[in-house]
Amino acid sequence: MVMKVYGAVLSTATMRVFATLYEKDLKFEFIPIDMPAGEHKKEHFLAVNPFGQIPAFKDGDLKLFESRAISQYIAHVHADEGSPLVCEGKPMATVGVWLDVEAHQFEPLALKLRRELLYKPRSGMATDAAVVEETEAKLAKVLDVYEARLSQSKYLGCDCFTLADLHHLPAMTSLMGTPVKKLFDARPKVSAWLADISARPAWAKVLAMRNQQ
Amino acid sequence: MVMKVYGSALSTAAMRVFAALYEKDLQFELVPVNMGAGEHKKEHFLALNPFGQVPAFEDGDLKLFESRAITQYIAHEYADKGAPLVCEGKPMATVGVWIEVEAHQFDPVASKLQWELVFKPLFGMAVDAETVKENEAKLAKVLDVYEARLGQSKYLGCDCFTLADLHHIPTLSNLMGTPLKELFEARPKVSAWAADIMGRPAWAKVLAMRNQQ
Repeated sequence: MVMKVYGAVLSTATMRVFATLYEKDLKFEFIPIDMPAGEHKKEHFLAVNPFGQIPAFKDGDLKLFESRAISQYIAHVHADEGSPLVCEGKPMATVGVWLDVEAHQFEPLALKLRRELLYKPRSGMATDAAVVEETEAKLAKVLDVYEARLSQSKYLGCDCFTLADLHHLPAMTSLMGTPVKKLFDARPKVSAWLADISARPAWAKVLAMRNQQ
Repeated sequence: MVMKVYGSALSTAAMRVFAALYEKDLQFELVPVNMGAGEHKKEHFLALNPFGQVPAFEDGDLKLFESRAITQYIAHEYADKGAPLVCEGKPMATVGVWIEVEAHQFDPVASKLQWELVFKPLFGMAVDAETVKENEAKLAKVLDVYEARLGQSKYLGCDCFTLADLHHIPTLSNLMGTPLKELFEARPKVSAWAADIMGRPAWAKVLAMRNQQ
């Protein structure tokens, strides 16, 4: 039975899961969830994710949700297929640190900026310039830490591409279409890392899914 | 060389790490970080956690930060000691989901409430009733999902106590000293689970550390 991903191609969290599956050359079935119609709050979807959020995932009778739990499951169960996205033994401890850095230091800021600079204009709401300025300043500090880290390590977690890098791609890519891009361009190691991970064939496949919509 | 935890017995994030170490009966040294004096923003601490937050951790020459990355390292590296805090194989996937749930669904809301109802009063700052009301409603919804989950599973991740439960304890324990206690007590499964996990001997040792401060 093929793995199933419930979500939306424009959802950064869902894209994290697609990217992982493509990195591992794994077959999967995508089941779109109609967010504008509130499908994610209906009974049949709450049965796969009781928090009513996308993505949700099935592998046989195993049901999972939370994109980073799904990607880590895929990376461990299919460790021998496609790109290795995790490490074995002690190096995984440091990958684990940077997995949490993406989740707790990077993403909250990236999503706030995305909301102000992309969603609000699209929905006819006014961007809050003060929020943008404050959040950009915080993101700049986070990226300073990344710049230092990437001077010591080829990728964030270790010298190989892992989920610690991959998890950044959806939110980071969406910010490249905004003035926030300058924060990344201004930092040579961050800029090179971003270019490198964005150029991965698996990520191109995720973007192709999005561009079909 | 004994493991070192840099932080404060009053920090909920550091308490997560202490709890994991006590669960595993592991020796460690607490290296206090004077937050009031801004020690966490000084060079020598930034060398341990470039984000300038507690806790930081050392095991020999391995340096880690982000409390949940530290606990997961401890749980895997010392899997054979003390209480098992993770699972092997497929059950770990579901534990992984609920570790993410604590981090992304519970903690953001619970931390906001903790700040308003526990820490602000300590610092003589005024409580924002609006924020409390808004987050209380969100926490109630999260706890409804927990109530359903705990109707199917003895603990959040599986039928054994794991990090998915442990990570809640510091903030949960603080909230139980506020009127929000009733949100937990109104839900029988959640109430029993909360009492059970806070009743663990390892947690009593963490509280003893805090009470010595």
